[in-house]
Amino acid sequence: MSRQAAENIIVIKNLNFYYGQFQALKNINLEIKARRITALIGPSGCGKSTFLRTLNRMNDLIEGARAEGEIWFDGKNIFSPETDLLELRRRVGMVFQRPNPFPLSIADNVTYGLRVHGHFDRLFLEERLYWSLKAVNLWDELKDRLNESALNLTGEQQQRLCIARLLAVQPEVVLMDEPCSALDPVATARIEDLMRELRENYTIIIVTHNMQQAARVSDYTGYFLLGELVEFGDTNQIFTSPRDKRTEDYITGRFG
Amino acid sequence: MSSNGTNKLEKSDRLIKLSLLMIALSAVSVLAIITIFIFEQGLPIMFRYGLKHFLLGQDWYPSEKSFGLLPMIIGSLMVTFGALIIGVPLGLASAIFLTEFSSRRLAGFLKPVIELLAGIPSVVYGFIGLMFLVPFIRERFGGPGLSVLAASVILGIMILPTVISITIDSIRAVPDSYREGSMALGATKWQTVRMVVLPAARSGIIAGIILGMGRAIGETMAVIMVAGNAADIPGSVLAPVRTLTSNIALEMAYASGEHREALFATGVILFIIIMILNTVANMSSAKQRKKGSGR
Repeated sequence: MSRQAAENIIVIKNLNFYYGQFQALKNINLEIKARRITALIGPSGCGKSTFLRTLNRMNDLIEGARAEGEIWFDGKNIFSPETDLLELRRRVGMVFQRPNPFPLSIADNVTYGLRVHGHFDRLFLEERLYWSLKAVNLWDELKDRLNESALNLTGEQQQRLCIARLLAVQPEVVLMDEPCSALDPVATARIEDLMRELRENYTIIIVTHNMQQAARVSDYTGYFLLGELVEFGDTNQIFTSPRDKRTEDYITGRFG
Repeated sequence: MSSNGTNKLEKSDRLIKLSLLMIALSAVSVLAIITIFIFEQGLPIMFRYGLKHFLLGQDWYPSEKSFGLLPMIIGSLMVTFGALIIGVPLGLASAIFLTEFSSRRLAGFLKPVIELLAGIPSVVYGFIGLMFLVPFIRERFGGPGLSVLAASVILGIMILPTVISITIDSIRAVPDSYREGSMALGATKWQTVRMVVLPAARSGIIAGIILGMGRAIGETMAVIMVAGNAADIPGSVLAPVRTLTSNIALEMAYASGEHREALFATGVILFIIIMILNTVANMSSAKQRKKGSGR
């Protein structure tokens, strides 16, 4: 992992996306920097979540969905038929809007991805369990409750657990689809702290409704409107001197 | 003023609650009446001859005052578990296919067809079993054909709609967020089903199996037609068998006196077995649910 810090890890070229007849994404071109936090903002239905879900091809699960264009990750176009979809999803992980721990024990939740990818060595699983929970600052809270159901945890703990579950399989990119929208402000602040910590080792792309959140945590920001990427750039620049009138209207609250 | 309105509302609520309670109680009381009736008719003879005579006796010769029900108890259990062995894997596989793997259109066509299975009268199952299954078993595996195996297969098919539709419902009740979470970690569809969806749906699936079991142990007509009904402990799955329900149905028409009482005693034992099986199944599902969150 001696990649240079601001190298491009994902390059999106001319991406179009359709749900049946409806075009949800229009000619998106974008470069995602490694080990940075990229925030995608925009009003509801603007395509930002759809965009996020094309990056690990989760949209494949939707009947009638179709993508055109290229997404280059690690030297390969993820839409090419040679793509190992399971491996892609391991490397490009996803955190969802509502915490969705499995109805299993805390330990089983964290080791789930490892077991799915064929790791069954007990010691290895335990080691990774410790490491993952430590990484999301849950270990001290939960080390005596590892066999309890994950559904008994608080919302924030559940979301942290979902992040731990993801880190356990050692992804390179972490996609976050409004990860704090079900959390209170205090929990949100703590998850944002966690994101800053994770930024050391992971590329994070976060979709958020919350512009303050984008301004607080991200290095780069993209503004989506009606399926178009209106503007993309340094978070500072986007929030202080947006180039596009539509971006300015949105971030100053005149629209959205 | 407003307190007056509230009072009125409370009054009507209480009235509705009371009448609903009465209706609910009347449904429960039917069960109570049936229970009391069966026990009242069946228990005296059981005390007269001793529980051991009924439970462990191997000879059923009512005319000679020998009321051993052991062959029928074993028969009922064999046929019921045989039905589960055949029906549960088939039912689970169908339900998993229809919910997770088939296209929406195919599932929309197949599910009503499977539910139609439930609407076929049991005598028709028995008839088909007698016409096709029994000769098939006789020619392929030997024995009279009328057998534990034939009854198990027929019952296994008969419990399919119950097992399938309840399993489908409980699999559909599993939130999609679980599936998404699993797929997003790079799990295959089958891993997702096996490791997340089925465990999440477990209590519903077990409920479906229990209901299927109840249907199998209680089924009479189809079993009478294909089981051979010899009141002996079957030596193999190819031997004929008589179940507790068959015993009652076959003989009640002409039984009198102690013979008739003994048939009610058969009912008592059937009742108790069903209670025990239900309790065990419920307990194991509760335990599983607790354990399900452990390792």
